[in-house]
Amino acid sequence: MSAATIFFAVLFYAATAILVAGLALKIADYFRTPAPLKIPTTPAPTTTGGVVLRMLREVALFESLFKSNLWIWAFGILFHGALLLVLMRHLRYFTEPVWFWVGWVQPFGLYAGFAMVAGLLGLWGRRFLVERIRYISTPSDHLMLALLAGIGASGLAMKFLMHTDIVAVKAFFLGLMRFDVQPLPAHPGLYIHLTLVAALMIVFPFSKLLHAPGVFFSPSRNQADDPREHRHLAPWAAELEKN
Amino acid sequence: MAAAEFTTPELQDFPAIPALKPDAMAQSKPFVASDKINAAIGFPGELVPDWEQKAVGRLGELLKKYRSLKVYLDACVHCGACTDKCHYFLGTGDPKNMPVARQDLMRGVYRRHFTLAGKLFPKLVGATELTREVLDDWYKYYHQCSECRRCSVFCPYGIDTAEITMAGREILDSVGYGQKYSNEIIGKVHKIGNNLGLPGPALADTLQGVEEDVKEDTGVDVRYPMDVKGAEVLLVTPSADFFAEPHIDSLIGYGKVFHAAGISWTLSSKASEAGNFGMFIGNYEQLRTIALRIREAALELGVKRIVVGECGHAWRVAYSFWNTLTGIGAGANDPFAVQLQSQLDHRHKQPAHICEVTWDLIQRGALKFDRSANDHRIVTFHDSCNVARASRMGDTPGGQFEIPRAIIRAVANNYFEMAPGTTHEATFCCGGGGGVLTDELLELRVKGAMPRMGALKQVADQHGVNFLATICAICKAQFTKVLPYYQFNRGMVGGVHQLVSTAIRLGSND
Repeated sequence: MSAATIFFAVLFYAATAILVAGLALKIADYFRTPAPLKIPTTPAPTTTGGVVLRMLREVALFESLFKSNLWIWAFGILFHGALLLVLMRHLRYFTEPVWFWVGWVQPFGLYAGFAMVAGLLGLWGRRFLVERIRYISTPSDHLMLALLAGIGASGLAMKFLMHTDIVAVKAFFLGLMRFDVQPLPAHPGLYIHLTLVAALMIVFPFSKLLHAPGVFFSPSRNQADDPREHRHLAPWAAELEKN
Repeated sequence: MAAAEFTTPELQDFPAIPALKPDAMAQSKPFVASDKINAAIGFPGELVPDWEQKAVGRLGELLKKYRSLKVYLDACVHCGACTDKCHYFLGTGDPKNMPVARQDLMRGVYRRHFTLAGKLFPKLVGATELTREVLDDWYKYYHQCSECRRCSVFCPYGIDTAEITMAGREILDSVGYGQKYSNEIIGKVHKIGNNLGLPGPALADTLQGVEEDVKEDTGVDVRYPMDVKGAEVLLVTPSADFFAEPHIDSLIGYGKVFHAAGISWTLSSKASEAGNFGMFIGNYEQLRTIALRIREAALELGVKRIVVGECGHAWRVAYSFWNTLTGIGAGANDPFAVQLQSQLDHRHKQPAHICEVTWDLIQRGALKFDRSANDHRIVTFHDSCNVARASRMGDTPGGQFEIPRAIIRAVANNYFEMAPGTTHEATFCCGGGGGVLTDELLELRVKGAMPRMGALKQVADQHGVNFLATICAICKAQFTKVLPYYQFNRGMVGGVHQLVSTAIRLGSND
């Protein structure tokens, strides 16, 4: 067992624990914090079913962003859609036998790798080219794009420039899932790819990547427009009525 | 005080996105509330010595009370979608008036004190200490936001800068750095009953004068009653309706509608104000205490219906918050709310907007109009921000857009829409909402009105529009002030019920 194998095994256990625990704590915190007033951005759906549809359009189609800015929408949806396909494609490293639909998405997931990097470069370009976005960008905004683009580029490099032994990579990850560590192929591209992925998992709960769970808890999007029909009262606000 | 000289922006059909002019509005700062004003409503009189610690502490408390604040401070990805959406940014070019940058003034402090990344790597994630400079930026730029929510429409996560602005003002108040305009008005509403400080007897005089004027004008005895026990409707309206121009013409219109429909109604000297500045300063306790006056008046007068006059922020508070704050609404089962809700007539919406009442009567054929009486007017409608994006009318989403327009079409022949993208949910704020309608912020108000003025100029040039109808007391006051800066007649703004008032046929003449 090489030192690198042990390093990456420990790294991925740690990254997974931080990602899962960090997100769980954050989500529990969002869930527990009350929204004392009805503040949906109107016009808003008047029923829970309507809210679910609004949220679906928001999450799947980026509806508000579409109304807002077509460039950001196009690059954003290209990146996120492609990332979804790429993640689905990567499920083959974690399932044995591979689920049938994961087999189907393999060719799409491959092209999606390019689309993902293209979307990221588009978003990144705007941070330099558009004065307003340059003004609001922080170093971490650039780093986050670098991290994601690095993951995409190193992944594509392993497919097209310097192959690695993906059968062994799969054995390594299946082994991790069974707490039976298997050797990881010694391959610089793979080391870079996996390090960046682990870094992304670790920063997720501490960064703006919280927009992913956050959108579901956004009161302006997840509340039904029914304040006249139902009395909405937060626990701390109800306390005021006892005085 | 003499406001600094400034240049009125050029108008375009749709405002171009300006180049950034850093600190272009750094001089814009409303008067700070005096010791006396603050003390009267329970805030520290002046900036407390340990303000930094207190302010960060208050932010921590708000983060536990408001999910909106917590999620909004975490979720922003700096995508830039909001950067060209704020009327104050479009009018001034000051980058701190971009919604995301306005939020970042607080987000930096949040990250520094409440996130691991900000504690470990402040520079990397844009985290900042709450220095005196940052505190002053809060004071300046949280008073360059009208809480209009236009940015929240366009944000992929619905981040509403109004929530951040309200939290910012609440924190500033908690350390004794409040704004004179809002806090003074809140003091008046507690002491006298309305924002303008109009005492009961003066109000009674004014209403008597209105009755005489309407009699002279129409020959009909239309009543404008106050404090009548057992009336069916309690009308709560912004106090500007009692004497300001053109507001009073809408008040006259409400009275004519009730008269023509045979509905008994009353105003209340106790609740002679629909506006609720507690929302502007983001203080839940103030918001609630001010709203409770309406509840008390409704209980004392024994009314069956509560109707709200033409006022944007007031309608947000009434429609969205009254049920929560006071139990005015339906669907409650707790004793506090049931006490009032069992008194109200739930065949009607509670509370109802005056436009809902009028439109319902029109649909039932209870009102007759002579539309040609408005033929000298070529009308357009300005959607008031808080009605458009923070409330509803009628039974379906978007009723807040359709109902006022339907009323206008029922009472006037000449109506034209302003450009899409400047109306409905994308409407531009008048530039004076949310606690900035004060003279020392005139430059901000004139520049912030620019996007609306551009859309108005387009319909004025194309269709000869000469009447800007709206349903908000602040819009009316703001436009009256800023229209002349853009070469419009200040008298061209008026209420929807001013149009109703002109066209309505009262009992005797049908």
